[in-house]
This record gives sequence, structure tokens and C-alpha cells, in this order.
Amino acid sequence: MVSTFFYCLKQGIRNIFRNIWFSLASVATISACIFLFCLFFSIVSNIQYMVRRMESTVGVTVLFHEELVEEQIREVGEQILTWGGIRDMVYISEEEAWASFQNIYFAGHEELAEGFAEDNPLAGSSSYVIYLEDISRQEEFAAWLEGLEGVRQVNYANTVVSGLSNFNKILSLISLVIIGVLLAVAMFLINNTISVAAAFRKRESEIMRLIGATNFMIRAPFIVEGLLLGLAGAVVPLGIIFVLYTRSVAYIAERFHMLADVFTFIPIAEIYPVMIAVAMALGVGIGFVGSFVTIRKYLRV
Amino acid sequence: MIEIIDVSMTYGAGNRALRNINIQIEDGEFVFIMGRSGAGKSTLLKLLLKEAEPTEGRIIVNDMDLQRMRRRHVPRYRRTLGVVFQDFRLLNDRNVFENVAFAQRVIGVSARTIRGTVPRMLKMVGLSAKYKSLPGQLSGGEQQRVAIARALINRPDILLADEPTGNLDHENAAGIMKLLEQINRRGTTVVVVTHSQELVAQMGRRVIVMDKGRVISDG
Repeated sequence: MVSTFFYCLKQGIRNIFRNIWFSLASVATISACIFLFCLFFSIVSNIQYMVRRMESTVGVTVLFHEELVEEQIREVGEQILTWGGIRDMVYISEEEAWASFQNIYFAGHEELAEGFAEDNPLAGSSSYVIYLEDISRQEEFAAWLEGLEGVRQVNYANTVVSGLSNFNKILSLISLVIIGVLLAVAMFLINNTISVAAAFRKRESEIMRLIGATNFMIRAPFIVEGLLLGLAGAVVPLGIIFVLYTRSVAYIAERFHMLADVFTFIPIAEIYPVMIAVAMALGVGIGFVGSFVTIRKYLRV
Repeated sequence: MIEIIDVSMTYGAGNRALRNINIQIEDGEFVFIMGRSGAGKSTLLKLLLKEAEPTEGRIIVNDMDLQRMRRRHVPRYRRTLGVVFQDFRLLNDRNVFENVAFAQRVIGVSARTIRGTVPRMLKMVGLSAKYKSLPGQLSGGEQQRVAIARALINRPDILLADEPTGNLDHENAAGIMKLLEQINRRGTTVVVVTHSQELVAQMGRRVIVMDKGRVISDG
């Protein structure tokens, strides 16, 4: 069993070096495919990550007519909760709103706020801040809120988040199409490489067959060749992506430190294991399927 | 034992390569199958190697009915046969040792066993000193000896040789036939397909003569 494994491995490696140019072309195409996958995956995942972070911090604020008392506002709140898709809803009374305002705008100059004494300038500003499960439904939700009785005003920051969300969807679609095309090219090249290897080894395969080698033994070196090409095609882009990702994140963090709250990236330690797993699976998958299909066609034993 | 019972073989549209062949070869026999080109000798060999199926009849080798044999059992059956060709069919990029070892490697024999069996086999065919040579550096006779060593390394019960001396001069041909006799004396059944009457006459063994797909004499 051990000698069979090493025999197949040795012959697979031998095949690769026998048609080194075809092998390199296959590795390059698989690498390009996996590199683009990793690149798009990084971008899409990070945008989703940023959108998720924003979703958790950006809420819809509902203000009510001044004549409504707290009890009535709470009743409208019950009504708001019936809308499906609300992740969280926080009631902010006019006192809490004023306290928060003072904290933000009079920090360090508390004496300025004392001038208002007992007179709350934000009287009648009790509100609900509502966080949605899917921020792209914000507009639809705001329109529904505006139709409710007692609602005076609805505030929400729409453009950035929903823009990012839409950009992400388009990017995902484009990346899927590009990766699909590259996958097809990679399969085609693997097919060619294995076909050439099979032609080179036709005599050897014929002798093996007559000696009593099993189909597995005859085909295994070609499958090993495909797997090794796929693995090599995965390792190269993984290395490049690692360097590119860490450097890009460091560069953006340094160059745009003012926007540190917006540009928050997934740590490499978190995203890289996923990329390794998917890239390896893709590489090995392309190599295996490409060689298996070809060798079944060329070496019918 | 090889039993060929009422075997006929038709290629494509009515091209009958074998017609109602009946042959029985006992264990340990040395048999020539002789005939001109197109007599059906090679077709018969293909049937024995289970590379082709007869249109009619049965072939039984060592109690194994080839027509009933499942595809997955064919490799195991082929390991009971050794086969030698006129054109040697050696791997030109590997040396003598590796060519012989190849037959064991591809059936999963361990490297340790191979290190023991291959030198013994090379000694038997008289090529111990040339184990590092590439096929291109050997004479035709030596190349055929390598092919025979490869055919015998897995200790087959039967050795099938298709025109084994066809590419050799008289002296080398005699040497190969002597080696085949030696192999036969050790108990291996040897079936040699040839068109050389001279060779057959020298050996004084059982000769099955074929013509146009029929056995025309046996004895």
C-alpha cells in the first residue's frame, strides 16, 4: 500500500515535469481563478462586515407630535413592533435625549447647560430608535412609519449603507461570472495537460494493462498529477493574497485613519483560514475533476 | 491448463478471424502456434489475454472461464500470464532494472521485495551485469531477455510469446529459444506464436498450425 502510494506520487510528479509548459499553464490558470476568488471574497466579506457593523449602529429615529404623552407614544411603539424585521427598538424619553445632548455638545463646558436649568429644550422630543435586521429595507420601513398616526418625523441615514449593500450585490454577481469563466478555462487546460500526459504514457499504460495492473493503478498517476497541479494552483494565490491583504489593510488604516469607524476590516486571522479551506477545495476539486474526466475518456481499460 | 472450445471470432462486418477453434494445452507444455500472416494467431493471443471477446465458444484458463469473468477480475487473471512481444515493448527511458521492476511496482509489490526478486531474475536471463543499461544500449536479443524477465517476474503459470524472435538474428533467436526452454523446464507453460518454420523444426515440440482462422494440424 505504501509502495503503491509512493509509486503513484512519483509518476504523477514525473508527468508534471515531462510536460512542464502545459503544467505551468494549468497552474497559472488555476492560480488566476483562485486569486480572483480570494480577492472578491475578501472585498465582498469586508463590505458585508462593514455593512453589518453599520447596521448595528445606524438606526431609524421616530419623533412624535408634541401633544402625545408617554403612554400614547408607547402605544405607537407597540404598533411599530408589529412590522416584521425589527432587530432592536429603544425608547428615548425627552429627559434622556437632553442628557445625551448635553454629554455630547457641552462636554467640558457643563456650565453652559446650567443656563437651561429645569427648562428642557428638547421637550416633546421623546423618540424611538429602531435597528433593522436588513438595512436595505430602511426606506420601505420609513415610509410605513410616516403613515402611522402620531408620528411627526422619521430620520434615517440611507445613502451610504444601502449604497454599499447594492455595490456588494453587483460585485458578488460580477465575481461569480468571472470565476465561472476562469473555472471553465482551468478545466480546459487541465484536460489538455492530462491528455498530453496520457499520450506520452500510452505505451506504458498499455504494458501496465497487459501485466495485470488495475484500472486504479493505471489512472492514479494522472489523478495525482491533476491534484498536484490543483494544489500548486491554490498555494500560489494564497501566498499572494496573504501579503496583499495585510499590506492593504495596513495602508488604508494609515492613509484614512480619519475614517477608521467606517473602514473596519475583518482580521486576517479570521478570514484567512476560510480562504485556505475554500482555495484548497477549489484547487483540489478542479485538479481532481479535470483529470478524472479526461483519464476516463483517454484510458478506457 | 488452457482449453479453447469451439471458438469463433468475427471482426466487424463478416471478417472471420477464427473459425471453430478447439485447442487444449496441458500444464507445463511447450507449444508453438504457427501460421502465415492473417492465419488468426494474434487474434487467438488477444483472446487469451482477454483483450477481445470471441463471437462464439468458450476459453477456460486454469479453471477460469474467461467469458464469465467480471471486468474487475481481469487484472488478477492477467497476472497469471506473462507476455512477450516481437517489438519487446520496453520503457526506453528506464534502465534494465527498472523495466523489470516495473511489472512488480504496478501491482503494488513492496520496494524491499523488488530489490530481492529483480536481481535474481536478471541473473536467470543472463543480464546481471547490464542492470543499469538503458534499452537503447542493448542488442535486440538482450532487449528480448529483459522483456522475458519482466514477463516472468510475477511468476506466471503461462508465458505467451508473440513472435519473440521476429526481430532477432539467428544467433540471438537461438539464445532466446534456449531461455524459453529453460523456463518451460521449471514448470511454466510456454505458448509461442511464430511464422518461422525453421525455428519450429529445430525445437521438436508440439506445433499447432493455423490457416485462414482454422487449425489445420496439431501435433
